[in-house]
Formats: sequence, C-alpha cells, structure tokens
Amino acid sequence: MTSSEILNCLPQFKGIALELRDVLLANIAMMGEILAPSGTEQDRVRFFLERLADSEVQCSTDENGSGIGVLMGEDAARNIVFATNADSLVRDDADQTIEIASDRIVGPFVGDNSVAMAALAVLPLALERMGIRLKSNLVLLAAARMLERSDHHGLRAFLDHFPGAVRAGVCVESVQLGRLNFRGLGLLKGEIVCRLPEDYDWAQYGTTGTITPMSEIIAQINRIAVPRDPKTSIVMGAIRGGISGHTIARQTNLLFEIRSESGELLEQIRQRVEDIVEDVGAASGMKARIEFYARRPPGGLEISHPLVRCARDVLNGLQVAPMMYPTIGYLSAFLSRKIPAVTIGCTTGERRGELDEIDEAIQVAPLFSGVAQMMALALLLDGGAADGG
Amino acid sequence: MAAERERSQGVDDARGAKQSVSGRIRDWLGRNTFHYSEFSDLRALVRDKEARGLTISLCIPTLNEEKTIGKEIVVFRSELMTRFPLVDEIAVMDSGSDDRTREVAADYGANVYMAADILPEMGARRGKGENLWKAIYQLRGDVIVYVDADIKNIRPHFVYGLIGPLIRRPEVSYVKAFYERPWVTSDGVRPSGGGRVTEILVRPLLSLFFPELTALIQPLSGEYAVRRQVLERIPFPIGYGVETAHLIDVYYRWGLDAFAQTDISQRVHRNQPTRDLGRMAFGILQTFFSRLDSLGLAAELPDRATILRQFLVRDGVHEQQEYDLKEEERPPMIDVPAYRARRGLLP
Repeated sequence: MTSSEILNCLPQFKGIALELRDVLLANIAMMGEILAPSGTEQDRVRFFLERLADSEVQCSTDENGSGIGVLMGEDAARNIVFATNADSLVRDDADQTIEIASDRIVGPFVGDNSVAMAALAVLPLALERMGIRLKSNLVLLAAARMLERSDHHGLRAFLDHFPGAVRAGVCVESVQLGRLNFRGLGLLKGEIVCRLPEDYDWAQYGTTGTITPMSEIIAQINRIAVPRDPKTSIVMGAIRGGISGHTIARQTNLLFEIRSESGELLEQIRQRVEDIVEDVGAASGMKARIEFYARRPPGGLEISHPLVRCARDVLNGLQVAPMMYPTIGYLSAFLSRKIPAVTIGCTTGERRGELDEIDEAIQVAPLFSGVAQMMALALLLDGGAADGG
Repeated sequence: MAAERERSQGVDDARGAKQSVSGRIRDWLGRNTFHYSEFSDLRALVRDKEARGLTISLCIPTLNEEKTIGKEIVVFRSELMTRFPLVDEIAVMDSGSDDRTREVAADYGANVYMAADILPEMGARRGKGENLWKAIYQLRGDVIVYVDADIKNIRPHFVYGLIGPLIRRPEVSYVKAFYERPWVTSDGVRPSGGGRVTEILVRPLLSLFFPELTALIQPLSGEYAVRRQVLERIPFPIGYGVETAHLIDVYYRWGLDAFAQTDISQRVHRNQPTRDLGRMAFGILQTFFSRLDSLGLAAELPDRATILRQFLVRDGVHEQQEYDLKEEERPPMIDVPAYRARRGLLP
C-alpha cells in the first residue's frame, strides 16, 4: 500500500477499532486494576502477553520482566518497535478500581499508562481483522522497570540486547491524542536528602530538625535563574519529612528534576544545585547529600524527518490537530541510540481534580482514532516512512 | 439433641452403612467444590458447551448501579462473547433505577429490560428476586447465570467459574459462588472479613434445620448459575429471602448433589451498614420460617409480624423506625400460563 492509500484507509481502521471496543475497554479496565509497581510488573505483563496470544504473536519476557510480543513479518531482518511502560505509580494500598461510564473511564493512573498498554494489546487483532500482514516484524513491548528511579531501565535494556536492527520506534502514551513528540528535553532527576547526623549538637544548632535546612535549599534552588530560551525548568516533584507536628524531623527528602533543551545549561544548573546542597549542609550542621539518579541528554529528530512528517499526516488524516513539543519521556531511549522514534497519545484525558493526583479520566470516543493512528503508523513505518531521515 | 437430629438424618451410603452429616458434607465438598481456574481454558469450555447444545444467558439485576455496570458489561462481552462465545446473551434486569444504569448498560451492548415491563399481567414488585424471576421468562438460555451489579473487581471467572460445573457435570443443576470478601472502606481495601449475615444468622439456622446445606460456604452469594429446568420449578421470594429459599427448595426437591460451588477467589463490593443487614436478616428469617411451616418442620408456628423496628436517638429520645418488610413470593415460573405458552409447553 502507498502512503496515501494507507491514509485513505483511516476511516476503516477506526471502524475496526470500534468493532473491538469491548476488548479494548476490557483490556483497559483489567490491566489498570493489576498492581504493577516498578520491578513487580509480572502480573500485568502476563496479562498483556495472554491478550497478544489471541493473535499469532510470539510472546516472551526478558530478564527485566518486560513483556515482548513479536508479530512476525515476511522479512525477519526488519523490526518496528511499539513500546509503552508496564509499571504504574499506584501504591498497593490504594483502591485500584476502574469505572467505565458511557463516555469516559475513570481510575487511578488510567492515563499512565493502562490505556496505552491496552491499545498495544489490541493492535495485532486490529491488523488481523483488516487482513494486514506486515513485511517487518512488529515488536510490541510492555517495558518493565520504567518509572521513577528505574529510569526507563526496561526499554534501555531491551534496546541494548535486542538481537535485530530496530528500524523505528513508537512510544505509546495513553494521553493526549494529538501529541507528537520527536525531540527529548535534557533531563536530570535528582534526590536531596537532609538527615540529622548521629552526633548532632542540639545545644549548638537547636531543634529545627531537617525541614528548615531543606526549605533553605529549596529557596536557593528557586533563586537560580532559568532562561526561557533555551527552554529550561526546575520541577520540585515530591517532598517527605518528619512524622508529627511535635517531633523533630530527622530526615527530609526532596525529589526534583532539571529539564532543559540545552545540555550545557543542564550541567551548569546541576553544579549550582550541588553547591547549594553543600553550603546549606555545612551551615546547618545537617548531613545533606544529593544524588542524580537519571540523566538524559537533549536531542531528537528534525521536524522535517520523514517519520515526523508521516505521523503528522496521520493525525491530520484523523482530523486531530498535532501538538508538537519536546518530551522528557522514554523517547530518548530510542533517540540516544540513533533510532528514529516519536511519541504518540491514544486518547484525551485529564486528572479528576486539580489536587487529586491519582484518579484520572480518559475519554472513550477518541480511543478509536488512537488505535487507527497506531495501525496507520505501523503500516507507514513498514513501508519505510522512517527511512532516509 | 442436635446430635440426635443429625443421626436421624443419616442416610445409607453405597455399602449400606449410615453416613453422618459430616461425612456426607466431606464427600460433597470433595466432589462438588471447584476453583474457577479449573475452567479457565475457555476454548475447551466453549467446545464442551457446544457439544452439549447448551445456551447460556447472563442476567445482571440492577437498581442504581451506574458506577459498576459499565465495566461488568464490557468485561463480560469482551471475554465471554467476543473472545470466547460462551455466553449467548447478556441482560440487565432493572428495578427502575433513577441514575444512568440502563443507559450505560445499553451503550455497552447489554439487552436492558425493566422488570415491570415483563409479564405485566402479573403486576410489578420491587426487589431483586422479582428481577431474577422475570429473567426466567424473558431470557432464552438453558442455563441462567445471575451476577450482582455492584462488584468492583469484576472478572470473567465470576461467570465461567459458575458455568463450568454445569457444562461438565450433567447431574449438577445449581452452582453457587463463594469467595473471600474484603470490605471496601473509604481508606481502601481490607484483606478479609464480610459475610456477617451468613455467619451469625444463616449458617446457625441451616445448622439447626438443614445441616447438610452448611456445606455451602457462601449460601447468600448473589452469583449463581442454574439450569432452567430447576429455576422454572421453584418459587421466588421477591426480596432478601430469595437465595435462602432457593437453597431449601432445591435441596428438598433434588438433594445436596444438585448443588455445586465454585471458589471465585475475591469479591470487592461496598460494605453495607449493620442496619441494612438487619433488614436483610429480617427478610431471610421470614423466608426461613415460611419454609419450616410449609415443610412441616415446625408445628404450629404463630402468625408472624412483618414490621421490623430499628431505633434512632434524636435529642436524647429514642425514635422508632418501622419497616414493613413482607417477603412476598412469586410462584414457580412453570405455573405461569404466559411462560408455558412462550416455551411451547402444554397448558
């Protein structure tokens, strides 16, 4: 099929996705309700592979626990990888229930990343129903150990050890439909720990504990000048310290990220933050240490790259406005290995409330465009759309 | 006294020896208690179902279940119709929800019925038992599976685990689910508990009067699969007593071996307040005593009141709250002329 023939088939692809609505939504609900903290994704991965086994997909897991399904093509030397993360941030003491209403699905982290995994699981069935047989192998990866400190380990390890040549990669995120990421921001993920030393001198330093010096560190980090161009930001993501209002906090932890389009700027800010932590630690008498546990260099494809062009054509064909911006996601695992790749979204969605960071809602109707988008991209990449960039 | 009753209920085993209730329960548990995983090869189960020429209907009785009904329909349709054609129809039998239950169920492809619209000449009653009874008339299956609509952790094994014994064991007619019942509280999920009415009311009553029925781990579970030949021949209390009545009636007519039970593992639903359970217990007791009466197991029972009184304290004064809970019963469906006509049975 030519590119324009594939794009002309988008309404049919959407129709097939609609036919598979029950399976797709059941996948979302059942996968979403399986707890999968990083490192213990095996139940969710097993479920994912069981679904793939409905089609003629060769299924396996690797040593990290990632689930790998390969829909074999006619030319075993060519591989296209569609990947998503299998782990989620839902804690094991949280109510995991997912609710399906007429127009939307609500549940803890349903947008991160149950929908994407469910859509991947239905992709072989959708292609099969269209009677499509690819020339390339279509590799469907539910990567384990991706989030937080795992730092995309599952995908990086998979790409490092995959025996064949990967022709192109597609990172599948649940939301938002229309996103088209082809560049990655540089990223440093760090943790600062302030801790009372064992020999803390109460008489000399008082009883302020570790929260006060941590707040001083935060205040100083906030005073670091970050430019708008190149785009740079410092995100204070999570803080934890103390156990009650009347006890002294022995330890306070801060998780944060530095993001920038410039690798040089990233390095400058890193040094500045390290200096701040050292200064405040020395002045307060606390043990203050900093650890950067994840690093990604900035970089990516040009907007004129054939893969970006065809992904944009697919979105336009679906009458979805492309949203192009740099990402901090696992796209960089592909890009840093010189594999052309983009990140796409499956549907639209939002957090349930501003302050509620767990329950998310995704819309049902756009999902079918999301699956059609994946079908079209698989076909276009199979036809060589990512080549020659 | 209890031991004497148990001895008097002993039956001859194959060697002609009397077998104790405990022994019979042990044998039955060994033969007729399953785990859903024994039926998880759905391809094989569908093959066996087709070989036996069975049709299977799934009925979900509802009243204001918009939060959970969508997922139940989607999961059952996906797993038991689209992927594996084990179930032939999925029906929602609604008591008149005033939320979006019927709309959500219909959106996801269930056949949605208002119980009041079925057999209108028989009138309309409000109660789960009414919905279950009218499903016998409305649905086509040789087997009807009933699943409550308030299950938060719904999975296909809630259905195939109950159908399996009926497909594989022709002598079994009535399969009940049992499960661990972690309560859901606002804080999250507790690991175990539940079944208060079972443990402090129903099990003691069964132990007193029908000790073999104590073999059923969850006699009140709302999930069961039953052959039509049995369903159409038993009366249906329309309220809380429906499960209890089924147990006693099926036991009396077909014996313990007509039953099987399947471990469904875990069922998460909202915990009911104790006051609601009091009303449930009242309905169950009415049914129980009516069965004792009709079976002649208790001589000269007095007339029984239908008012349950519960109390609230307002400004230091105890206020009565009266609930008139009369456990009405529907007759065996096979005695209903419209049903006989619909099924092509002789009048």
